[in-house]
Amino acid sequence: MAGLTPNTSPNRENPFKASWTNRLIIAAIIGYLFYSLSALGLTFERLVIGFSESERLLSRMFPPNFSRSGLLFSGLLESLQIAIISSLFGIVISLFLGLMAARNMMPAIVSTPVRGFIALCRSFHPVIIAILFVKAVGFGALAGILTLVFASIGFIAKLFAEAIEEISLKSVEAIRATGASFACVILYAVLPQVFTRFIGFASYQLDSNLRNSTMVGIVGAGGLGGTLFSAFQRFDYDFVSAILITIIALILVGEFLSNIVRRVF
Amino acid sequence: MTTAHINNKSHVENIPQVGNMSHIDKEWQRFTSSERIARFAIYLCFVSAIVWSWQTVEVIPEFLYDAPAQFADMFERMMPLDYAFYPESIHEAMVETLNIATLGTLFTLIFAIPLALLNAPNITPNKTLNWIAQVFLVSSRSVNSLVWALLFIALFGPGLLAGIMAIAIRSIGFVGKLLAEALAEVNAGPIEALRATGASWMSILLKGYWPQVMPAFYSIVLFRWDINVRESAVLGLVGAGGIGVILNDAQNLFEWQKVAMVLVSIFTVVIVAEAVVIHIRNKII
Amino acid sequence: MAVASYDGIKINNLYHEYVAGKPILKGINIDIDKPGIIAIIGPSGTGKSTLLRCINRLNNPSKGEIIFEGADLTQLKGKALRKQRRHIGMVFQEYNLVERLTVIENVLSGRLGYMTAWNAWRRNYAQEDLNKAFELLDFVGLSEFTNQRADSLSGGQRQRVGIARAIMQDPYILLADEPTSSLDPKTAVEIMELMETFAQQKNIPVLINMHDVNLAKRYAKRIIGMCNGKVHYDGSPEGITEEDLKVIYGGESWLD
Repeated sequence: MAGLTPNTSPNRENPFKASWTNRLIIAAIIGYLFYSLSALGLTFERLVIGFSESERLLSRMFPPNFSRSGLLFSGLLESLQIAIISSLFGIVISLFLGLMAARNMMPAIVSTPVRGFIALCRSFHPVIIAILFVKAVGFGALAGILTLVFASIGFIAKLFAEAIEEISLKSVEAIRATGASFACVILYAVLPQVFTRFIGFASYQLDSNLRNSTMVGIVGAGGLGGTLFSAFQRFDYDFVSAILITIIALILVGEFLSNIVRRVF
Repeated sequence: MTTAHINNKSHVENIPQVGNMSHIDKEWQRFTSSERIARFAIYLCFVSAIVWSWQTVEVIPEFLYDAPAQFADMFERMMPLDYAFYPESIHEAMVETLNIATLGTLFTLIFAIPLALLNAPNITPNKTLNWIAQVFLVSSRSVNSLVWALLFIALFGPGLLAGIMAIAIRSIGFVGKLLAEALAEVNAGPIEALRATGASWMSILLKGYWPQVMPAFYSIVLFRWDINVRESAVLGLVGAGGIGVILNDAQNLFEWQKVAMVLVSIFTVVIVAEAVVIHIRNKII
Repeated sequence: MAVASYDGIKINNLYHEYVAGKPILKGINIDIDKPGIIAIIGPSGTGKSTLLRCINRLNNPSKGEIIFEGADLTQLKGKALRKQRRHIGMVFQEYNLVERLTVIENVLSGRLGYMTAWNAWRRNYAQEDLNKAFELLDFVGLSEFTNQRADSLSGGQRQRVGIARAIMQDPYILLADEPTSSLDPKTAVEIMELMETFAQQKNIPVLINMHDVNLAKRYAKRIIGMCNGKVHYDGSPEGITEEDLKVIYGGESWLD
C-alpha cells in the first residue's frame, strides 16, 4: 500500500450520519400514533375482539350463496351498462375538453374556465357526486351514468391536457405553415403525438368506471352496489360474498380486456 | 439510401423531371391487413357493447331533461350555507376524517412494504412468492374502500376503526404495486457493490435500496394520503366514521344548507391537502 | 404539373419587434421576381429567421407590406391567410416532421391545406396526391422508407422528407430556414443540390437562410446579406466582397 498516506484530518464527517430531520419526522409520526390512538379510543383490545369476530363472519360468508342469481345478474348487467355508457360519453367529452384546456393550444380565456371545471370534477369523490345526482334525477342507472361521466372527465381531461402541453410545437408549426385548417392541425400534428397516451388514460378510466359502477349503487345510483348494500343490511353474508366474488371477477375480466385494447392501438 | 438522383450541377438536364413519369396509380394502405382486422374487431365489440347498453339500460329520459331544473332547485335550497354548522359538528368530524386518512395510510405501510418487497423480482427472485404477493395486491385494489368499510363494520362495528382498516387495506394494493415497480427499477450497480462487500441482507436493503427509492416512496405515500383524504370523507356514508356520517345524516333529513356546508368543507380540506402534498413533494424531489 | 408563377414577392419596409421598442427587422425592402436560389446570410440574431417567418406569417410583422399574388400578406387573416400559405412552402432547420407518422404521411401533409378535416383524419388522400407523393419520394431517394416512422430516419433523410413535403404543396415560393445547419457538410451539399434542382424544375424562387457563406456562393443566384436588421448587400454572389462580409459579420478572424 505504498503511496497511501493515512488520513489524519479530524474534520471528516461521518458519511452515514443519521439526519436529524429524518429522526424528527419519525419521532413526530410515532408521537402522532400514540396520541391519536388513545384519543380516538382505539385500543388493542378492540382489535383483538374484531379479529375474533372475523372468524364468525368468515364462516357466515362461506360458502357463497349464488341462489339469488336473478338479482345478482340484473345488478351485474346494470353495472356494466353504467360503466360502458358513462365511459363512452366521458371519453368523447374529455377529448374535447382536454383539448380546450391545453394552454399551448387555446387562449387563456378558453383554457382557464375549462381547467377550473375539470378541477371541480376531480375534487369530489364519485360517491358524493352520485348523491347529488340521485337527488337530481332519482334513483337508478341514470344517476350512476351521470356521476361516472363527470368522474371520467376529471381524470381523463386533466391528464390529456397535460399530455398536450408536453408535445413539441415544432411539428404543429410546420403543419400550420402548409395552410392547414385548425382541425387539420389538431388531427395531424397534435393527435399522433398524444394518441397512445390518450388510449392509456381511456382504458384506465374504463376499468376504473367498472369498479366505481359497482360502488355508486350504495347510494342508490344503480348497479351491484345497491344489491350489495342491502345484502349487508340484511346480514345476508353468504350473498354478500357471492356478490363480492362477482365484482372481483368482473374487474379482472375488465383489466384483461383493456390490456388487449391497449396493445392493438 | 441512394443518391443516384442527386447529381453534379452540370448534369442537371439528365435528372428525370418530377411529373413526367408514367402514371401508374399506386396504392397505399394505412394499416396492414392483420392490423385492420384487429381494429375492426375491437370497433365491432365497442359498438355492440354500446348499442346493447343503450337499449337495455333502464333510464327514464324525462328525468334527464328534468335534471337541470332539479339541480337549480337543489342549489336554491342550499343557499345560504349553514355556516354555524361548521363549529357544531363539521370541525370535529373533519379532524376525525383526517385521522382516519393518516392512520390508515400509516397502517397500510405495515403490509404494503413487505408485500412490495416480496413482489419485486430483484429482491425476491422466487416467482411463486412474487405471484402470491401479486394476488394480495390485486385483490386489495379490486374492492372499493366503501365495500371494505362495509366488511369491517361487520367485524368491528360502526365507527372509526372500521374506517381506518378499510383505508389501510385498500391502500395496500396501490402503495404496494407502485413501490414494487419503484424497487424493480432500482439501479443494480450500488446493490452489487454492497453485496460484494459481504453486507447483510438488511444492510443492503437499508443502504442500497432505500436511498434510491426514497423519493419515490415519499411521493407514493403522499399521493395515496391525498387520495385517502377524499376516500375517508365518504366512508362515513356507510357508517365508518368521519365527516361522511354528518353528511349522511344531513342529506337524509333533507337539510340542504347543512349538506352544502359539509360539501364546501370537504372541498376545502381536499384542496388544502393537495396543496400541502405538492409543497412537500417539491421540497423532497 | 403547373409551372409556378413567379410574380414573386415584394417586401416593403418590413418592421418586426418581439419586444416593444426594440425592432429586429428595421425596414427591409426586397423584391423577388426571378426563380432560383436566393441565399440570405448574416450573423445570428440579425433577423434572418424572423424575416422568413414574417413572410408566411408564423410571426406577425409590426409594420410594412408583403405583396404576394396581388394581396398584402400582412393583412390577411383566417381562411384567406391559409389559402395563401398553401402557396408558400417552408423547410425548417429541425425538419419539424410529425415524428410518429410515417414518411409518406409526412409528405402528404403538404396537401393538408386542400383537405377537409375528415379526410385528413381518415387519411383519404386523393389518388393523384398519392401518385405525386410516391414520385417525390422516389425522386429524393427515400422510396424504401415510405412506411417507416419519421423518427427512424437520419437527419439528412428527414430533411429530404421536409423538402418533399414543401414541394408537395406545389408552392410558388419556397422558404428554407437554415435547412443545412443541423447537417454534416456532405449532407448539407446534397440538400442544397436537391433544393436547386427543385428551384429549376418548378421555376420558383427559393429563399434560404444560411450560415455557410461558401455554400451560399456556390449555389445561390443572388445573395442578400443582412446585418443589424437591415439589408446590407443585395446582389450576385460574385459581387460580394470581403469588405461586405466584414461589415455583415463583423471582424475578420473568421474570414481565413
